[in-house]
Amino acid sequence: MIELVDVSKHFGSLQALKNINLKIPSGQKIVIIGPSGSGKSTLIRCINMLEKPSSGQVIVDGVDLTAHRAPVAKVRQSVAMVFQQFNLYPHKTVLENVSLAPIVVKGVPKAEATESAMKYLERVGIKGHADKYPAQLSGGQQQRVAIARALNMHPKVMLFDEPTSALDPEMIQEVLEVIIDLATGGITMVVVTHEMGFAKEAADRVVFIDEGQILEDGTPEHFFEAPQHDRTKLFLSKILR
Amino acid sequence: MSELIGRIGFLQEGPFAVARWQALFGNMEQLWQGLLVTLQVASLGLALALALGVVFGVMSSSTWRLPCAIARVYVEFFQNTPLLVQVFMIFNVIPMLSKGMFIPVMVIGVIGVGMYHGAYISEVVRAGIQSIGSGQLEAGLSQGFSYVGTMRHIIIPQAMRIVLPPLTNQAVNLIKNTSVLAVIAGGDLMYAGDSFAGRHGHYGPTYIVVGMLYFFMCFPLAVLTRRLEERLRAGE
Repeated sequence: MIELVDVSKHFGSLQALKNINLKIPSGQKIVIIGPSGSGKSTLIRCINMLEKPSSGQVIVDGVDLTAHRAPVAKVRQSVAMVFQQFNLYPHKTVLENVSLAPIVVKGVPKAEATESAMKYLERVGIKGHADKYPAQLSGGQQQRVAIARALNMHPKVMLFDEPTSALDPEMIQEVLEVIIDLATGGITMVVVTHEMGFAKEAADRVVFIDEGQILEDGTPEHFFEAPQHDRTKLFLSKILR
Repeated sequence: MSELIGRIGFLQEGPFAVARWQALFGNMEQLWQGLLVTLQVASLGLALALALGVVFGVMSSSTWRLPCAIARVYVEFFQNTPLLVQVFMIFNVIPMLSKGMFIPVMVIGVIGVGMYHGAYISEVVRAGIQSIGSGQLEAGLSQGFSYVGTMRHIIIPQAMRIVLPPLTNQAVNLIKNTSVLAVIAGGDLMYAGDSFAGRHGHYGPTYIVVGMLYFFMCFPLAVLTRRLEERLRAGE
């Protein structure tokens, strides 16, 4: 369960988020959509405190991460993130990328972490590249490694921050398929994306955000077929041509 | 042969007379002893400088105000005062703090060049850390690494590759700067050379040989620096 209570975020004079209130029950697959600059990336980055809210509370699994001395690092172990730019560790092999944090952060024995890493690499179709370095892989392959890296932490929540936006068009599908496949499981998923296909196919809920505020919040059917705001209709008309 | 030498005046007398060279080469033990001290001070000093450089480099690249401020004070103080002043300070002033306190000269040398070059290395490390994109820090933090853990496992191993050329350059400077020990009777190569030369007046040959010994320590490192720079450029 993730709960954002009155979350605001300022960057200097710019207010990226305006009193956001959002409850995400465990297991939900929620997609956050919005034009660029709307605050959707800031919102998802507040969930694991990569951005500190200027005010308001972020509560993950009952822990208020905005509290003084909150165990943020501990909570992050079960809230994995997949980044737009992959952010794989370039000095580590694919296998090491996936097994490093479980071994160092969680203290999982190396053999066990390696075994589960191989399992997840197989699941995302990268098993054959385990000994390569990230730079030797295509963007789509790198992002799949990043997903395996996230999975090997056995997270309760996975945050996807525009996971396909930096990919060449022909590689978007291979990554989307992996994410859609994950959506059949029990992990809570928060996905910031421009991929309407994913929102339609795999999401339970779509949130539309504009200028730091939530304008729409409902099922995908509701969002695509009966949006409430003109701003949403305009956005959809542009994106669904 | 001696007749030939006799005809060439500067080989017979003057600062570079053959007899002076012979005297020097007959008494090399002192220089070797000094060289050993220099090597010891340089290697221990380098170890100290690296340790200080990494710690203060990480501190000054962090966003935490206090560690950052402490690191800045350290760096600016040691970079903007002469090494000689610092060494005199340790040599003359610190023993006055408590009666009978004695700091071996070699320890003064290690602390002196270690702290001085630690400040420079700290700046090299800071620049290296800041050259690694923020995405790497975020990736580490998002996986539950602490700030220090992210530095240790993710940022510094990558930064090291980049800072290796400027680091070897610092090692060269550090080796040369151990020669300030000569002014406090440090027993190092420069001191050994200078005291031998002064005793007999064989300055010319002695300074040349001493200079060459420093050169042989530093030049391979300078070559290594250039190689590392080339490799780094090729790797990009």
